[in-house]
Amino acid sequence: MEDFQFASIVVSTIRNAPVLIFAAMAGLFAERSGVVDIGLEGKILASAFVSAAVAYTYQDPWLGIAAGILASCALAMVQAFVSITQKGNQLVAGIAINIAMSGLTFVVAQYFFQQGGRTPDLGEARLSTVVLPGSELVADIPGLGWFWTRLIGGHSPLVYFAFALLPIVHWVLFHSRFGLRLRACGENPHAADAAGISVQRTRYTAMLIAGVLCSFSGAYLSIVQSGFFLRDMSAGAGYLALTALVFGNWRPVYTVLGCIMFGFFSAVQIQIEGVDLPVVGRIPGSLIQMIPYIVTVVVLAGLMAKSVAPKALGKPFVKSR
Amino acid sequence: MKTTELPRWASGFVLPVLNLLSALLVSALVIHLLGESPVESLQILFNSAVVNPEGLSYTLFYASTFVFTGLAVSIAMKAGLFNIGAEGQMYLGGLGLTLAMLSFDSTLSAWLLIPLAIVASALFGAGWAFIPGYLQAKRGSHVVVTTIMFNFIAAGLMNYLILKMVPEGDQNPASRVFDDAAMIPQLSTWLPFFGENTPLNLAFFLALIALVIYWVAVSRSSWGYKVQATGLNAHAAHYAGVRISRTIIVTMLISGGLAGLAAVNSILGSTHYLSLNFPAGAGFIGIAIALMGRQHPVGILLSAVLFGALIQGGFDLSLEKPNIPQETFIFIQGLIILFCGAMENMYAPAVLKLINATRRKG
Amino acid sequence: MQPAVEFRNISKAFGPVQANADVSFSIAKGSIHGVIGENGAGKSTLMSILYGYYHADSGQLVINGAEQKIRSSLEAIDLGIGMVHQHFMLVENMTVLDNVMLGTEGGFKLSKKRTETEAKLREICTRYHLDVDPLAVISTLSVGAQQRVEILKQIYRSAEILILDEPTAVLTTQEIASLFDILRLFKEQGKTIILITHKLGEIMEITDQVTVMRAGRVAGAVATRDTSKEQLANMMVGRPIEGNLPRKPHAPGAPVLQVENLQLKDANGVQLLADIALTVRAGEIVAIAGVSGNGQSELMEILSGMRLPTSGTVTMEGKPLPFAGRSNADGLPATFRDLGIGHVPEDRLRDGVIKDFTVMQNTVFGYQDRVIKRGLFDFDAIAKRCAHLLEQFDVRPKDPNVRIGLLSGGNQQKVVIAREVSASPKLMLVGQPTRGVDIGTIESIHTQLLRLRDEGVAILLVSTELEEVRALSDRIVVMSGGRVTGELHIDEFDTTRIGLLMGGMHKS
Repeated sequence: MEDFQFASIVVSTIRNAPVLIFAAMAGLFAERSGVVDIGLEGKILASAFVSAAVAYTYQDPWLGIAAGILASCALAMVQAFVSITQKGNQLVAGIAINIAMSGLTFVVAQYFFQQGGRTPDLGEARLSTVVLPGSELVADIPGLGWFWTRLIGGHSPLVYFAFALLPIVHWVLFHSRFGLRLRACGENPHAADAAGISVQRTRYTAMLIAGVLCSFSGAYLSIVQSGFFLRDMSAGAGYLALTALVFGNWRPVYTVLGCIMFGFFSAVQIQIEGVDLPVVGRIPGSLIQMIPYIVTVVVLAGLMAKSVAPKALGKPFVKSR
Repeated sequence: MKTTELPRWASGFVLPVLNLLSALLVSALVIHLLGESPVESLQILFNSAVVNPEGLSYTLFYASTFVFTGLAVSIAMKAGLFNIGAEGQMYLGGLGLTLAMLSFDSTLSAWLLIPLAIVASALFGAGWAFIPGYLQAKRGSHVVVTTIMFNFIAAGLMNYLILKMVPEGDQNPASRVFDDAAMIPQLSTWLPFFGENTPLNLAFFLALIALVIYWVAVSRSSWGYKVQATGLNAHAAHYAGVRISRTIIVTMLISGGLAGLAAVNSILGSTHYLSLNFPAGAGFIGIAIALMGRQHPVGILLSAVLFGALIQGGFDLSLEKPNIPQETFIFIQGLIILFCGAMENMYAPAVLKLINATRRKG
Repeated sequence: MQPAVEFRNISKAFGPVQANADVSFSIAKGSIHGVIGENGAGKSTLMSILYGYYHADSGQLVINGAEQKIRSSLEAIDLGIGMVHQHFMLVENMTVLDNVMLGTEGGFKLSKKRTETEAKLREICTRYHLDVDPLAVISTLSVGAQQRVEILKQIYRSAEILILDEPTAVLTTQEIASLFDILRLFKEQGKTIILITHKLGEIMEITDQVTVMRAGRVAGAVATRDTSKEQLANMMVGRPIEGNLPRKPHAPGAPVLQVENLQLKDANGVQLLADIALTVRAGEIVAIAGVSGNGQSELMEILSGMRLPTSGTVTMEGKPLPFAGRSNADGLPATFRDLGIGHVPEDRLRDGVIKDFTVMQNTVFGYQDRVIKRGLFDFDAIAKRCAHLLEQFDVRPKDPNVRIGLLSGGNQQKVVIAREVSASPKLMLVGQPTRGVDIGTIESIHTQLLRLRDEGVAILLVSTELEEVRALSDRIVVMSGGRVTGELHIDEFDTTRIGLLMGGMHKS
């Protein structure tokens, strides 16, 4: 009985993490280039809705994902314009986008589907799970069977993509020309500028990448996890992703670890619900829901002082001579 | 004589108006895309919120709530803090108020109950802002993320507590109704112009008083001076002997307290019971108001009234035009925050050019 | 032989300010050319135009005989122009190698170019005696070493024309000597060096030609060997420089400030201040001389209450300052002010004023709790006092309601000094009082300080300008590497000796 619970917690963790991983990697690019991205939440919502809506309408999840990318990038460009060109307050811009999308996704969903601000069930139009070769052979072997068919195999393609992102992002950030320039813009944009690099262009590109990556977070929520879009379904994932960044010191590996940690807490959350625990008894669902947010506060309280953000984070670049 | 600086009247009035118009223009476009006429929608909204006396009273009723949340966000902004948690702080303020009322509404008179409610709601609201404030001051944890987290935590906590408060046999997810003693008199009692039984109540004057106190504190007290110094340049404020930690924490407490006070209007003036999600987004509207009103008492009042009109008019509009549900106004809120808060200086170069051109001619 | 660089009628305005007006002169190839002038004379703007940061409003740039339109720093680099900035353009948490590669990475993949670049860097270091490890992380390097990295960057990009903007501001005497050796080596190799500085001694020592700029124009162009420091100073300023300002003879009173055994370690355990001891008496000016970055700023922060020391005692009029039992310095400056310590901070805009507050608001900055009547600001009293101060200290414009950020550096400084002086402190801490201040105001600030001294105030001055130290101080304390390396009376003033002390050579 205990083993079964533990096993399903592990699998759940793997399946919860991608939402945060996509968003956190998006935030990583934006913030490493020097732009604060509080607007992850809004981009997640927008892409969640658009991908679900398009996937339903055309009964094609991949088309939905593509559409979601467009939506998220459009928002990212608005944010980029405000933050980079207009040199406006990046926190306010992000919050504005989050609030605007919270309202707009509901309104548009209502307009098209008349189902109280949600999209209809996708039914079959979801991504099929990946079945690893040889799964049939090992399925019945205890231990190995579970390992091959449920732990390593049997997930949605987006799950694999999320985890594959880690080495890709790491390499791009630390071993490519673009990554070098990006990090320079986030640490000392004046140095990048003096070296002939366009800080503006680099930051816009970073925001575009953030838009693309973030869209997968939303698509994952609506297409893979639920099968529909529901109002405000992101439930703070964007902020949890930002916290993972702080936790991970803006480094890809540790950030992903942070995302996995949050995924773990979500998984435990679901297991605890309806279960009589020693001493405290049955914890009501609404209190359990608070757990990830409390964890966030604890992480921020403990780590903020030691977390090293990109030096130029949040400061609009003004050529000063 | 060319100036590179905008005169006060241009930056304080012209720019905000231009920003607001931009937001409204985009909104009009979206309404058009939803298949409705923006002009007609505006008419319906205007009639409902301003022309109709009963509607007007609702507008002012909502405005009273928004003044408090707008003040809450504004005072925090003065200290350089972005308090997104007004929603949760108002929610908790409602809890404090309810606990006080449920305990004493059968034993104390209105003269004691109402002040008690005010104190309780402010205390609980302040308490909910304490931890984010403390963490920002002592640990550098960003207030934006922590207050948002506390909004979510409040939702869970209040969910749990309110369901515990539902009276035996009741279906409504709310506490029991307070006794008559715990009711703030409605303005329609003296001003029948507003129609019968509208929620506009004396708390409206409480809001006005709060605005005055805010103005005096910010512009004429040394505390207000120190808060602004902290928000503008914390290094220099430290040089000037300001206790930065304490300033941050106290400001957040006051901010939370103001948000908590919003519950006085919306509960004691209207429903007289604590219900699920009663803030209904007022905390977030406070953000839009603080940015649109540029943290100035007059600006805050005008913005609060404008939003009151949008909410009241938006409600009637959503009844008449199902394609424009009330959530549309959440979207409009976001636009206003974007244009008035993040893009506030977008029109500045153009306005400056215009001013210089007219100066040269004149 | 055609000149390396020729400026022809260069003009550039920023709004109402004419930064460069009809500037014309040429720089010979293979020479070291000095460009001097005070703050605001236009030298930085001119070089920024040469390096492509700004576009001139009118005029031509001629590089190696061909007219060029330099639209960006990339184009400048392509023309062989390199610039070593006053504030280093380095990414602190990256290696020397990555910093050099920034902008010239080769392909998308970095690894190949990395090995290539590392080899080339080592070769350049050997050839020019630059002594830098390409794999070192910038934040671990000394200031002098970081500057060498900046130079390395330019050489790596095949710069033949090297602009150095105030390179010696942050170097010790020894490091300056090393730098000049490197420059001479460059000159031998046929490179052209443009040296921007306001230090006359350096001009005389290393340059071949000098162009003097004043108020955006060329005030003079001479061969170094044909001129003298005095002549250059006159051209720089346009009038004879101040002689000695009048002051009463040095007759100090009782000790006001006594520092004993002061230590400061930062969060990483690095010793920033070690065994600091000094005394300042009433009616005297003690100047702390030293290259910036040797602990003077930290010392001022401790003495003004902005920072806590690790250990040691500081007494003010015999009573120890309340450092004990505190975990941080939050709110401490206010206590120090109440004890009679005034503070004119080194970094005016970061610490001393609130840019967006009005002049009047800034006149109570730090003293905001003293001008209260019945719980609120006493605006009448504040306005009256402000008007009086603006008049007495000749602040221009004399408008109390203008935002202080719009005033010139010199006028901002006058407001700060006026404010601190008017609180009648017993001890005045003054950091770099004339940094970023025009020469007319410098004189008036110096006069102000001397008057304070004559009235019996104890003054502790920190200045990187030896001329200023000589003009004002009664006693000089030299700091280097966080320690006091020597003390002398003004009568013992000797540039060489002080230079050695600044460079860390303790008096035996």
